[in-house]
Amino acid sequence: MRIRFRFSKLGKVRFTSQRDVARMWERALRRAELPLAYTEGFSPRPQLSFGLALPTGCESLAEYVDVVLDDARPETADLDVDGLPARLSGMLPEGIEVQRAGVVERRATSLQQEVTSCSWAMSFRGLTRDELGARIDALLAAPSVTIVRERKGREEEDDLRPSVVSLAVVDGGGDRDVVDVVAELATQPRGVRPIELVRGLIAVAPAGGADATPDGAVGTGGIPVLDRACRTQQWIERDGTRWEPVEPQADPPDAARAVRALERAS
Amino acid sequence: METLWPQIERLLPQVTKPARYIGGELGAQAPEHRPDAVAWLLVYPDTYEIGLPNQGLQILYEVINERADALAERSYAPWVDMEAAMRAAGIPFFSLEHHLPARAFDVLAFNLSAELVYTNVLNLIDLAGIPVHAADRTADDPIVTAGGHCAFNPEPLADFVDCFVLGDGEEAVGEVTEVVAAWKNGRPVPGAPAGVDPSSREALLRALAQVAGVYVPSCYEAAYAPAGPGDPVPGALRLAATRPRYPETPERVEKRTIADLGEWPYPKRQLVPLIEVVHDRLNVELFRGCTRGCRFCQAGMITRPVRERPADQVRTMVMDGLARTGYDEVALTSLSSADYSGIETTVTSIIEDPSCSGQVSVSLPSLRVDAFTVGTAAQIQRVRRTGLTFAPEGGTWRMRQVINKLIREEDLYAAVDAAFSQGWRRVKLYFLIGLPTETDEDTLGIVALAKQCVEIGKRYHKGVTVTASVGGFVPKVQTPFQWFGQNTIEELTRKVHLLKDAARGVRGLTVRWHDPKATAAEGIASRGDRRTGAVIEHVWRHGGTFQEWSESFDLALWTDALAASGTTLEEAVYRHRTELEPLPWDHLSAGLHRDFLWQDWTDALAAHGLEDCRWTPCYDCGACTGFGIEHVVASAVPPAGGSQGTGQDLSTGGQVPVRFLATAPSGAPAAPGPRADAALAAGARRD
Repeated sequence: MRIRFRFSKLGKVRFTSQRDVARMWERALRRAELPLAYTEGFSPRPQLSFGLALPTGCESLAEYVDVVLDDARPETADLDVDGLPARLSGMLPEGIEVQRAGVVERRATSLQQEVTSCSWAMSFRGLTRDELGARIDALLAAPSVTIVRERKGREEEDDLRPSVVSLAVVDGGGDRDVVDVVAELATQPRGVRPIELVRGLIAVAPAGGADATPDGAVGTGGIPVLDRACRTQQWIERDGTRWEPVEPQADPPDAARAVRALERAS
Repeated sequence: METLWPQIERLLPQVTKPARYIGGELGAQAPEHRPDAVAWLLVYPDTYEIGLPNQGLQILYEVINERADALAERSYAPWVDMEAAMRAAGIPFFSLEHHLPARAFDVLAFNLSAELVYTNVLNLIDLAGIPVHAADRTADDPIVTAGGHCAFNPEPLADFVDCFVLGDGEEAVGEVTEVVAAWKNGRPVPGAPAGVDPSSREALLRALAQVAGVYVPSCYEAAYAPAGPGDPVPGALRLAATRPRYPETPERVEKRTIADLGEWPYPKRQLVPLIEVVHDRLNVELFRGCTRGCRFCQAGMITRPVRERPADQVRTMVMDGLARTGYDEVALTSLSSADYSGIETTVTSIIEDPSCSGQVSVSLPSLRVDAFTVGTAAQIQRVRRTGLTFAPEGGTWRMRQVINKLIREEDLYAAVDAAFSQGWRRVKLYFLIGLPTETDEDTLGIVALAKQCVEIGKRYHKGVTVTASVGGFVPKVQTPFQWFGQNTIEELTRKVHLLKDAARGVRGLTVRWHDPKATAAEGIASRGDRRTGAVIEHVWRHGGTFQEWSESFDLALWTDALAASGTTLEEAVYRHRTELEPLPWDHLSAGLHRDFLWQDWTDALAAHGLEDCRWTPCYDCGACTGFGIEHVVASAVPPAGGSQGTGQDLSTGGQVPVRFLATAPSGAPAAPGPRADAALAAGARRD
């Protein structure tokens, strides 16, 4: 049996890597004494597959993992799947919460292949709402936006523009020193990371202090610095309709709720 | 006390491995700070990945947090990128639980597992915003303390650390807590001297100096005198004596020893980190202490006597630990785990427990070198059978008698044969070079042994690999080799080249070695006196942190520092110490009689081996008698075979027949010194 879990990753734990999260899951599943299926060979491992890797430092309301259970064991058939989210959340570190679990086809397409885009809620500092709005307009208007991406340890140039499905300011200015943005970024042929979007926003209108870097904490003169980024949805789009691999428990979180979730978790 | 988290959080996107700084491990506590409680910050002065698994720190973390009058948080050395970001942002050294500044704690306690971390200790004290020199601290500054194996020669850190705890810390932390609690709450401080302002730092330190096992350097004075005529380093200023400055201060500090490990089933809630660390598994301590008597091994000498954990408790700790942590690997730790009484029944009961369902692997670090042990390993390591490690340490039987690692070639070959025949493909062998009396024949014996192991492996598999991992020997205090002059960098380098040349072209054999330059730097701190503090401070002030990391290590920093202090590697490291020379650690005791150590040193130079004293008459090293306890073993008979469990017949072991010398009884004159000195002059060093 294959079970797909939807979970969130919020707060301090966002600084762990995708590999770290995989190991947390392995230990939690063993602690929960689930009848896991193991790989064959000298080094048997439980069969877990995660979808698109979440960059270290980013938060998420929509992470997924598929877990294969051993059908030969009687516990598998008797398993209370609906009770699993609560059970596992208590065994995972603070900030990782399992929202929902559901049985999927044993041979379902992998999430990596199936997911077509992700929605993100991001906060920027280092510039005003208007300054950021102008950069977003410039990026959306540009026919192409060349950025440098790291790929297998090498740097190469790539056009960001086709991967930006949508991008808009939703909140900011006033008393808060950050500007909130929502974005939908394509994941095929390969996923765009939030930091690459920042590079695109810098590339479209070079300005500001020479010491500003997209990754750095230094941000003056209108250069956007990414403060927080949270993946709010992963989308599967086919034949003009789209859906999430596992719907969250309640209504899909809108951007404002996502931002509030970020604040609570910090 | 405001948490620094919001400021720290902003730095983390810029640094490598940011999860090192977030805390939140399973088992982490969130202790409440109260004005009357003594707050400890337990610090491992190396990276999070190296420090987190440290069992000593985890034990004290739980023991302190169980007390009503104390609490403990943890911290580790921030990596250089994080340190730079913290200094630039004005963020001090902080704890991982509440992200509080180090100055919010009453006690900063460092774990000293290796000498090359000393510059990190200075750096962290400084990053905490505490004066680096103990003499500059006031009653408002935290107490800086340290423990761990390196505390047996604390003198190189005497300028920077207020007090050291020698030996087992479980009981001592409680006694130190009580003294600090009384002092900070304005109550009468037990042991505080009359006529001293009771609220002063001096009153507190002098009171701490009277706690058993606690050494307060500022309560002692070191005197120096020029070296006598005929000394290899003429005119050198040498230690003459280290004496108490105050009437109430004890002349000698004896280490602490907990008598019954069964009373201390810690850690009860081993920390499970969120990121990958070294030894990332459940660890359960089988026993403390070792009576093998390997003469180079400080751990084996300073942790005597042997104290085994009851087998039932081991099983409970393993089963509860696996269920609680979700780990699929457990290591049964000690200095020689196969020596645990009933090791087989213990491991069998673990792997056959239904809750392990065949997916849990049990590992025995520090495997004994014999086929019997490999058989046990094969039985327990049903899954993930990748590599096995043995530590013959010396290349020839003569060399192994000198260091008292009494393994015959046949034992090693039988063990390796058993390993390869039972499915292992990789064997790693640990050796030391630069041992006392070592000849080139001994050094080359390393390659000869390793080559033969490759040959054995080829009988079973095509692609076997044997790795000979070679370290340069650093003499350690409170061992029989504490008088030995360490090999020079040039001599160790020459020996490494000998090994490399001999191993060239041998398929399946890899020789790895430790940088001889780092070995020399380790030697500076290993047996240094108080004047070494200036050397360590110089290295730190010139940017020398993380010196145990090869990418950060820089010998020039150390030689410059020695020159600035008017000394040399020859004086500090390479020089043989003489029998009557006062040593900087003579006023501290690991329970071992100085005359026992000297006798063992002369036995070593004569290549005489000594049987394991658990099952043979006592050599009166002092460890048991001094503490009024005995080796706690469940079995009165040695494990399968003879001494050291390897089944060897010592009388036919090598060319030199083994003769056991009568050990001088306590109080009687030790073996004559000239014999040892003459033997050294004849063959110990070839540089």
